[in-house]
Amino acid sequence: MYDIKKIREQFPMLNGKKMQGHPLVYLDNASTTFKPQCVIDATVKYYSEETANHHRGDYDLLYNMDQKVQKARQTVAHFVNSDAKEVVFTSGDTMSLNLIALSYGFQFLKKGDEIILSENEHASDLLPWYEVSHLTGAVIKFIPLDEEGRLTVDNLKKIISNKTKVISVAHVSNVLGNVVDIKAFAKVAHENGAILVVDGAQSVPHMKIDFKDADIDFLTFSGHKMCGPTGIGCLIGKYELLEKMWPYFVGGGMNVSFNKDIEMVPYEPPMRFEAGTQNIAGILGLKAAIEFIESIGVENIHVHDRELCEYALSKLEKCDDVIIYNKNAKNGIITFNKKGVFAQDEATLLNSKGIAIRSGQHCAKILNDFLGIPATCRMSTYLYTTKEDIDAFVDAVINGGDILDAYFN
Amino acid sequence: MLTLTNDMMRSIIMDHYSNPMNKHQPTSDKFEQIHMHSDNCIDDLNIFLLIENGIVTDACFDGVACTISTASTDIMCDLLKGKKIDEAKNIIKQYDNMIHEQPFDEEVLDEAIVFINTSKQAARIRCATIGWNAADAILKGK
Repeated sequence: MYDIKKIREQFPMLNGKKMQGHPLVYLDNASTTFKPQCVIDATVKYYSEETANHHRGDYDLLYNMDQKVQKARQTVAHFVNSDAKEVVFTSGDTMSLNLIALSYGFQFLKKGDEIILSENEHASDLLPWYEVSHLTGAVIKFIPLDEEGRLTVDNLKKIISNKTKVISVAHVSNVLGNVVDIKAFAKVAHENGAILVVDGAQSVPHMKIDFKDADIDFLTFSGHKMCGPTGIGCLIGKYELLEKMWPYFVGGGMNVSFNKDIEMVPYEPPMRFEAGTQNIAGILGLKAAIEFIESIGVENIHVHDRELCEYALSKLEKCDDVIIYNKNAKNGIITFNKKGVFAQDEATLLNSKGIAIRSGQHCAKILNDFLGIPATCRMSTYLYTTKEDIDAFVDAVINGGDILDAYFN
Repeated sequence: MLTLTNDMMRSIIMDHYSNPMNKHQPTSDKFEQIHMHSDNCIDDLNIFLLIENGIVTDACFDGVACTISTASTDIMCDLLKGKKIDEAKNIIKQYDNMIHEQPFDEEVLDEAIVFINTSKQAARIRCATIGWNAADAILKGK
């Protein structure tokens, strides 16, 4: 595996940071992740030494920056095994999904077509399709979850039809951490004439993804969940689909020409989807983040997450007062409640001990109907999480007292 | 003025959370109502005030809420009942000052003083004020 102590030394947020007077135990990595010094340096270097626009220009500084942006595109492509021309830079996963919904969904779907989503989904993968449904009259259907909240190929087959045009699912649920078999989903989608959109926000940072081998049509993710900066993410799309898609987000840097007859000719993809000056510091930071992850090995991060979750579960399961909602996911996310304790109250108690977790509905409001509860607590690990972090977390959950300790101690 | 130990404050909060006497549907359709939901908690509350002849004659609430929002709203309902509109507005103002660590008049807050430590858990300020903001909005319409 890897030397976690040496890894942690590279993260300023992990070197002495305290919360509520306690050493910080950060277990909200499904929300966002800390940045290693190399990522911070890459963004700062852009502002202090390399500032220039990208796109077209006649001087060295700009030309060099344009080359660097294209190199970053290649780094992303190599990481997910796509072609560089299939990589569109966006502001993040949410924008990527909106872009697909607008430029593919709005353009190609019509009344009576079907969009298949799941009850698992994050708002970012539901609401853009709701808009497509409102604008086009396409119908939205939900894949039923199995008893453990998983999405199965069998249940997809039960609701897919020849009217289905788009299937859009999260590769890994941000609440339950279950993994979807995207290769099998893609096969079923294509057999029925539909495309498969995969929201990779929770999977790309944690496991190896092969865009070509899985034969999925679109993949989206955010940089900030994988040690990169906020405000940068990617849309990976099959080139033949990107070529068909009209850019609705338009401006400089994305067109060949336009005239007074209200005509515009866009560039070829991916440039046609990148109107205006991009988040260049973010792109360079994302490149540094991917190189950092590759130096560790994304497969090793996956194993690390699993081991930590199994370790945490082995301890939590001994406590009758802890309800676990995803015992079998073991994928870097544990979703739980303390019996009789409101989720926010548990999270506040943990805050008072320096432990950061998330409580609430995790932007997946439909899933709570399935679980039959208003809210859950979620702890999520990443490559720098230690067994000691888990020990502190488990101890606080099991022996931590109640929320009012946070108020009065 | 109440002089309370930490243990007493804890038990007051827990009592109003476990057994919120004012958490119920309004008894008539004359109540004015505001729905509030929190963007950083999942608190989702309806606040009901009955205002007759310039006096808050009854107050209640329902919905889904955490310990702090349930207890603080329940205590607020107790405090507002029987108060003139201006008195009720002042109680809310003093409470808001306390929550935000500004000078405040303890005399009018009674049991609501138990939330004096909310600023220690800043993420819960919204929970401690959600019901109060709703009541304030109803009263400001007066």
